[in-house]
Amino acid sequence: MQLIPCPWCGPREETEFHYGGQAHVAYPQDPAALTDEAWARYVFFRDNPSGPFAERWSHSAGCRRWFNAVRDTRTYDLLAVYDAGEPMPDLGERDEVVS
Amino acid sequence: MTADTSSRTSPLAAWADRLAGLAPALTVVERPFLTQLTVRASDPDAVAALGAALGVAFPADPCTFTRGDGPFGDVEVLWLGPDEFLVVARSDLDPRVPVEEALRTALGSARGAVVDTSAQRTTVALAGPHVRDVLAHGCAVDLHPSAAPTGTCVQTLLARAGVILQVVDAEAGVFTVLVRSSFAEYLAAWLSDACVEYLAGVS
Amino acid sequence: MSATFRLPTGGLIDRDTALRFTFNGRSMTGHPGDTLASALLANGVHAIGTSVKYGRPRGIVAAGSEDPTSLVQIEQPFPEPMLTATTVELYDGLVAHGLPGQGRLASEPDPARYDAKHVHCDVLVVGAGPAGLVAALTAARGGARVVVVDEQNQAGGALLGTREYLGERLSQDWAADIAAELRNTPGVLVLDRTTAFGVYQDGFVLALQRRTDHLGFDAPADAARQRVWRIRAKQTVLATGAHERPVVFADNDRPGIMLAGSARTFLHRYGVLPGTRAVVFTTDDSAYRAAIDLARAGMDVAMVVDARPAAPSVLAARCSARGIQVRAGHVVTGTEGGARITDAHVAPLPGTEGNPETVDCDTLLVSGGWNPVVHLFSQARGTLRYDSELGAFVPGEELPTVRVAGSATGALDLTSCLRQGRDAGHAAALAAGFAPVGEVELPVSGARTDERPGMVLWRVPGELREGAPDTRFVDLQRDATVSDVLRATGAGLRSLEHVKRYTTIGTAHDQGKTSGMITAGLVAEELGVELSEQRPTTFRPPYTPVSFAALAGRDRGELHDPARVTALHPWHVARGALFEDVGQWKRPWYFPRTGEDMDTAVLRECRAAREGVALMDGSTLGKIDLQGRDAGRFLDMLYTNKMSALKVGRIRYGVMCGVDGMVIDDGTVIRLAEDRFLVTTTTGNAAMVLDWMEEWLQTEWPHLDVYATSVTEHWATIPLVGPRSRDVLAELAPDLDVGNEAFGFMTWRDTVLDVGAGVPARVCRISFSGELAYEVNVTAWHGLAVWEALMAEGEKYGITPYGTETMHVLRAEKGYPIVGQETDATVTPQDLGMSWAVSKKKADFIGKRSHTRAENNRPDRKQLVGLLPVDPEIQLPEGAQVVGTDRLPDPPVPMLGHITSSYRSAALDRTFALAVVRSGHERVGETLYVPVGDDLVPVTVTESVLYDREGARRDG
Repeated sequence: MQLIPCPWCGPREETEFHYGGQAHVAYPQDPAALTDEAWARYVFFRDNPSGPFAERWSHSAGCRRWFNAVRDTRTYDLLAVYDAGEPMPDLGERDEVVS
Repeated sequence: MTADTSSRTSPLAAWADRLAGLAPALTVVERPFLTQLTVRASDPDAVAALGAALGVAFPADPCTFTRGDGPFGDVEVLWLGPDEFLVVARSDLDPRVPVEEALRTALGSARGAVVDTSAQRTTVALAGPHVRDVLAHGCAVDLHPSAAPTGTCVQTLLARAGVILQVVDAEAGVFTVLVRSSFAEYLAAWLSDACVEYLAGVS
Repeated sequence: MSATFRLPTGGLIDRDTALRFTFNGRSMTGHPGDTLASALLANGVHAIGTSVKYGRPRGIVAAGSEDPTSLVQIEQPFPEPMLTATTVELYDGLVAHGLPGQGRLASEPDPARYDAKHVHCDVLVVGAGPAGLVAALTAARGGARVVVVDEQNQAGGALLGTREYLGERLSQDWAADIAAELRNTPGVLVLDRTTAFGVYQDGFVLALQRRTDHLGFDAPADAARQRVWRIRAKQTVLATGAHERPVVFADNDRPGIMLAGSARTFLHRYGVLPGTRAVVFTTDDSAYRAAIDLARAGMDVAMVVDARPAAPSVLAARCSARGIQVRAGHVVTGTEGGARITDAHVAPLPGTEGNPETVDCDTLLVSGGWNPVVHLFSQARGTLRYDSELGAFVPGEELPTVRVAGSATGALDLTSCLRQGRDAGHAAALAAGFAPVGEVELPVSGARTDERPGMVLWRVPGELREGAPDTRFVDLQRDATVSDVLRATGAGLRSLEHVKRYTTIGTAHDQGKTSGMITAGLVAEELGVELSEQRPTTFRPPYTPVSFAALAGRDRGELHDPARVTALHPWHVARGALFEDVGQWKRPWYFPRTGEDMDTAVLRECRAAREGVALMDGSTLGKIDLQGRDAGRFLDMLYTNKMSALKVGRIRYGVMCGVDGMVIDDGTVIRLAEDRFLVTTTTGNAAMVLDWMEEWLQTEWPHLDVYATSVTEHWATIPLVGPRSRDVLAELAPDLDVGNEAFGFMTWRDTVLDVGAGVPARVCRISFSGELAYEVNVTAWHGLAVWEALMAEGEKYGITPYGTETMHVLRAEKGYPIVGQETDATVTPQDLGMSWAVSKKKADFIGKRSHTRAENNRPDRKQLVGLLPVDPEIQLPEGAQVVGTDRLPDPPVPMLGHITSSYRSAALDRTFALAVVRSGHERVGETLYVPVGDDLVPVTVTESVLYDREGARRDG
């Protein structure tokens, strides 16, 4: 049972959280102006990196706040949490695979 | 207008005797019909004004609650989120309307909201020699006095129900659980089952 | 029968108490402190069961949970399969028998209680052997919250199986002293009979405590028999010890063949001799101590066979002094016997002088060195390193929060283990933020250190005789042999993970505790690679078997999943309602009267709603309060139609789509004030919709002044339905003008109901039935009283409570879709025929852009239609397929769609269905077919609205 560090409530068990997919995918300013393909990219396409991945999480069973987290998809380690709307923090070089 | 109080039923009314039977291992008492108002505000001046209206400062720290005596009697303010609070008025009258109005007035034109959620949850007072044991059977949050001192207020899961858990007196082991009304009977059944072993005096 | 192999003194057993038990039909006795295995050995019983594949007799190989062979089935007090006799503590009345690999679950429910408990600590110590005890004491003296778990019934670990001195104290007594001090230290929790079986992220460790298993019939029914401890530790010290490793040779599986250290444990811990005459086969010094101890206790130890070229001189001399022959450079090449070993074949290794000889014996003790128990370290994502001197994998780099101490590191002498324990306890406490006060003084170990290093020997060299079955067992439980390993490498497998799966080695209850390392060695040998280049198989939880009952804990029966109930629930129960699960909610399904079946009850309830007055419990509908200046703007984005234009006092139906344009929810929106709305959601989606709102508000549009608050359970909601609903409401709401002019369709009013001293209510004129209807909302506290008042007031009109089934029929007659029944995340509002609810004017709303995608405008999309079976008596099964031909062609049959809802209608006096059908809107009037069993049922496609198309009843 992994702990996820809610920026407000501190570390809590992962069952208190909902996953919100990739972070920093903004709703397009003017969807009507987009081509079908550009719109489909927004709706259906997400990154799937092996390594650090900026994601959105919600502390749904706690304070109900959404926040962003950088998670290493190889280890599940949460490398950083930050407020929704903030840019992803610079974590430096992180290439080592721990498994 | 004052609403009728004789025709009210609380979510755990039918459980009162069964819950009383959990003593002495655990004392479980429903405190029904409390006034509860969800307040949303983030502007510091607005939050201060809200506190002034109640005579109790709103909690500044996450996962805490404050308590005080003011124009509406004994009032608690629970931190639910960075801009979300639950005001619990302990008066036995039906002061929801005046409290709600006072809070709206205090909020003024600032961004925010005041919502009557009095019947959304019911409140259960927990104490007794095995209260931490019982809670530890279903709550993953560390409730040791060093980790959860008096004044702590966490929203978490107790067994499979979402709850707000207040540490009323860490040393004496007194807690308050607020649970959504539809989950109240489940939680009562769960608490009763958790006490089986402690009532039998096995541990 | 007397226990003939029990020594007159010694062992940690209560000789004054006799426990009767039955094994394989034979009655015997043992003592408290015994395991089933030690009690059986005391009675001279070695043969436990037979092997899973070849049916060979199998005995007891080890003294603990690493034992691969002593699988038993408990019959009394309650059937439980596949326990090892070495881990079953003896109790009076135990009835068990040996198993041929597999056991039998009880056919009746387990009456025992099981539970779980969370515990938090600064330092968790796994293992209460010498290293673990010192680690725990060191951390505890610094004030850390410490949890110690140990799988045995008392602290001591390996010390329980020896008889050595630590300082002035016998090592077993020393361990008891430390454990007692720990128990008396505030903030320390010592859990015996508790196996840490899984290590997960962030210091999370699961441990199974066997709390009353050992009490047998006397186990109190009120106490949880087993408890899963959910431990959250800042720091963990693994002092998990080491398992002795066997050596593989021909016929190495006969009962009477046992690990040497385990025999020593049976002697010292249980006062039991494993037999009368022993041969000891070893590759290291430790087995000499077993040989000497057993000889001293009166056993005839014939010979120590040491594979190493030279024997340790001091130990060898002590053996000779006791008449034990020592053969260095020799090995055991095979055995004779049936249900028990009778002879061991001993032969010199190449390069050693000597002749093969056969030594008669009923016991063969084997030691091939020691494997550190690295399972939990590996689970914690620790990397392992091959230690060529030990012939075993040992913990590699240290982890930030997990330390290893004692023989789990590969340290095999007591002094090192104690020192490592102290260091690990100290470091763990420091890392957890504590400065240990007063260094723990370590006792001086009286045990000698080894004279000579061990020799790594996986198997005795030699070829299999042509055509003879291979009896060189690697995994005794899986009946897997050296030949099986060679077959795997011969097939081209190189990874240990693949060999494991090919041979099944290490997949039995013991997970290869005695066979895994040997398999790795054999594979490396065969492939000619270094073991340091081999990756060991990944250790996964659980370390030892855990029953599903323990994992389920108290989440069984009514506590399996919360049953959410409304304020009106007690009334429904009292009225004999049958309930339907909707998510976690219990909703009344229908209210049968005496003698009614479901169809009859539902037809009656429908008729009441259409012709008189009826009411239902709608409290489970999700309700969300939205406040803020931008609430209207926000709703315009969430719903397909325009909500900001809604006037205060009015209500609008809305459809909600995902960004992909598909319907995700629907409901009504009530405008309470310029800056305040109340939104209803479907019962099952209440939480999802609130999350959805928060997601957009917090992550995408934080500038919007909108706050969303769930008020679902604040309200009791009672739809009052039917032509007489107005009359009933008028009586109960004297201040409310219920006339159509004053209180029209899709508006709401606040009023006070004439119940008790007056109950404030919000009444909404909305209809999910197509009838004149009022939705009465009061606080949940007043719900029951108001419901009863409505029942009383409506009695003269025959007011009828109805459930979800009637609700479904009524709405289906009107063609109202249910999100999740008519829709499945591939359905647009247009597919549902709800283009009228999709704004053309709004610049944007969530899903709008997707509605213009070509795919969502194909003419052959599945669209919602009504279906009327040509035979009005046939009720189609929901989920049935719809096809276009009256004869099924050869597969694949083109499917046009499927039935989403199907009912019998009182109003229509016939059956009907809703379905999603390709190009459905164009097919109105066509005849299609629905395969039901062997029949193709002809149906006529209609509009989805089948009743009161003009809405005159609803609006009147």
